[in-house]
Amino acid sequence: MKNDFRARNHPAYWAFVVHRASGVLLALFLPLHFWALGQALHGEERLESFLRWSDQPLVKLAETALVLLLAAHMTGGLRLLALEFLAWRNWHISLLAAAAGVALAAGLMFLLNIA
Amino acid sequence: MTSDGKLSVRAQVLLWTAQRASAAVLAICVIVHLVTIIYAVRNGLSAAEILGRTRGNVAWAAFYSLFVAAVAVHAPIGLRNFLSETFDWRGRSLDVAVMAVALTLAMWGFRAVLAVFI
Repeated sequence: MKNDFRARNHPAYWAFVVHRASGVLLALFLPLHFWALGQALHGEERLESFLRWSDQPLVKLAETALVLLLAAHMTGGLRLLALEFLAWRNWHISLLAAAAGVALAAGLMFLLNIA
Repeated sequence: MTSDGKLSVRAQVLLWTAQRASAAVLAICVIVHLVTIIYAVRNGLSAAEILGRTRGNVAWAAFYSLFVAAVAVHAPIGLRNFLSETFDWRGRSLDVAVMAVALTLAMWGFRAVLAVFI
């Protein structure tokens, strides 16, 4: 089958790419997240020490990216659930823009709160 | 599984349903998690603040346990689709790998819930 990129270059395809990439990256991040929280098993100081390490600007940037990925995967997933389970309505066309907007807003709110 | 290494229709339906059901649970969990994160970081994170909220709090422990259970179902099925479609990986080895991911996520996740509860 011919793999024609032009045929794929539309918003719904990019929504699929974002959903898949964010899902894979979040799955890779989860063990690290669970490990970090597990530091509390060794006492409050160990968790505090990890949190102070995470104050570095690059880590904060990575955290913002993770919040954005989580929000994008969630809103993109809600869009898919609506498309699959609800009867078609014309406003469903706007779901993609709404999903992107809400995800960006969540990322921005996180960034503003840590700034 | 069929003799040529493909999933039976019954198994495919089961995975599809589990993926959607866990997604519905996760949607609520992620909204609560995002609101909590954005609220909690406004004055900087500290271990005392996090543990002050979660230690001995059965409601948070129940919420995060549900969150972990839904993730342990949802993420491995998503990874399975990704690995199968991207790398053409199928058969028993994929099933074993995905099951290992599910068990690891569940084990580490519940350990993390316990860590901030006790």
